[in-house]
Amino acid sequence: MSSEFSGRRRRDLTERAIHGFLFACAAISVLTTIGIVVSLLGETVNFLRQVSVVEFLTGTRWTPLFASKHFGVLPLVSGTLAVALVAMVVALPVGLLSAIFLSEYAPAQVRGVLKPVLEILAGIPTVVYGYFALLFVTPLIRAVLPETGVFNVLSAGIVMGFMILPMMASISEDAIRAVPTGLREGAYALGATKYEVVVRVVLPAALSGILAAVVLSLSRAIGETMIVSVAAGQQPKMGFDLLHSMETMTAYIVQVSLGDTPQQSIEYSTLFAVGTLLFLMTFVMNALSDWLVRRYREAYQ
Amino acid sequence: MSALLRPDRSPRARRRTLTGGVFRIVALLATALGVVMLAVLLLDVFRDGAGEVDGSFITSYPSRFPERAGIRSALLGTGWMLAFTAAMAFPIGVGAAIYLEEYAADIWVTRVIQINIANLAGVPSIVYGLLGLSFFVRFMMLGRSVLAGSMTMSLLILPLIIVASREAIRAVPDSLREGSLALGASRWQMVFRTVLPAAMPGILTGTILALSRAIGETAPLITIGALTYIAFDPSGPLDLFTVLPIQIFNWVSLPQQEFHKLAAGAIVVLLAVLLLANSVAIVIRHRFERSRR
Repeated sequence: MSSEFSGRRRRDLTERAIHGFLFACAAISVLTTIGIVVSLLGETVNFLRQVSVVEFLTGTRWTPLFASKHFGVLPLVSGTLAVALVAMVVALPVGLLSAIFLSEYAPAQVRGVLKPVLEILAGIPTVVYGYFALLFVTPLIRAVLPETGVFNVLSAGIVMGFMILPMMASISEDAIRAVPTGLREGAYALGATKYEVVVRVVLPAALSGILAAVVLSLSRAIGETMIVSVAAGQQPKMGFDLLHSMETMTAYIVQVSLGDTPQQSIEYSTLFAVGTLLFLMTFVMNALSDWLVRRYREAYQ
Repeated sequence: MSALLRPDRSPRARRRTLTGGVFRIVALLATALGVVMLAVLLLDVFRDGAGEVDGSFITSYPSRFPERAGIRSALLGTGWMLAFTAAMAFPIGVGAAIYLEEYAADIWVTRVIQINIANLAGVPSIVYGLLGLSFFVRFMMLGRSVLAGSMTMSLLILPLIIVASREAIRAVPDSLREGSLALGASRWQMVFRTVLPAAMPGILTGTILALSRAIGETAPLITIGALTYIAFDPSGPLDLFTVLPIQIFNWVSLPQQEFHKLAAGAIVVLLAVLLLANSVAIVIRHRFERSRR
């Protein structure tokens, strides 16, 4: 009786220990988020002690590594947006049309082959895309437009567009597939052709999901690092000069990381200030995309 | 409306059919464009790099002289990083998934963790690098070591492992759980002996895919300061290291064409490693599925 009792107690103890361990595993994900916020904010506060928020967010010169230092982040933001917009100009139409083709037109076998092949694009390491942008796409662009620089926004943006293509296509496809068959059948019953059904009924009905795909792809493009570090160069400047070098926020972080920056310096703090801005931008976009996805789920499920 | 009443080939009906046909072709071409781009990328890399890959390329250290340079230290560094990342991320990720699927009673806690994991999956990888730099490298004073890099990488791929493992665990039918409990198993015995074996193919596939993401990641390791020039074999968790993608980045950033060729050679090796990892995932999946039947 007593040995059975102690055996049971031991078993209960083991169970409780395991429960605790598993909870700790799950808690690590929350700790990661806290860790990210704390480590970003800690150094950002240091940075903002030396540079005013206004100068950081509205300044148009970014020269923290020079003797005459300026800390206006807008050139990095403009470089980031320029590359991301070029990427979206590629990924939005190509991705959306691929999604339409795969969900509405392609026979099951064709889809079964094409979709995994497209997914491979998402699995290629980004540094490989960087190589491809710098040494294949840029020479092509320079053959057509000789004034193009060795490092330029256009090439990095185009290649990045193909990197985010699978994401754009698969989220749009999910949204298109979530449109109830009844809507399509209703339109066919009214005499619409397949094209009319797709463009006038399915796409408008899937709009919030497609917007979610756009926003999430844009967020991915903004956070992408290696393509721009390899192919877009390190010139922080304002404007939208696609044929020459611009520096993105991520490329700046890489540039500083490659040097030997002492921990107490302002250069070290800029890493985290730029990182915080990047984190906030992507966080807002991810949340927006999440909200859009939930909107169409609520509407159709 | 009138088109509906007159299904004969009126000019308008013909135009509508034509538009549909053109649109279908445009959509097909757009889909093909992605595939073509992938083919061009692979062909370009292999044309540039396949000739570089030979025995001495694999076994030599990087060098200022392109003809003598190789990827030995980068390949070993990738191996070390991968082993430590797997050793940390796999148990933690599966543990978290088990907790969320089998243990968490409190809906509120589960929801917070779930939203949190979804958000983490969208954080740019370079931000994980900044976390690793300030927490593992500086605060825990691990330096620019294999361990600091692996910890950073583990955090980066944890959301992927957790999501895949949860799906695999959720797919295990409840009847298995009930049978196990009815035979007197405790909750953990039920999970460990019944649920996990049944969910293992899905868990392993997800883990290997997550690890192949880690193999290709460059930015977070550059941020924590993994070095680009390492001419020795890393021999422990606290050694300095570099990895294949960083070696590729280093070579592609140099102006000389000879180094670009080396970069292409290293890319061929990197893609081969990724292909191998994915094949292993497929084989494991098949073997488990057969043994379960």
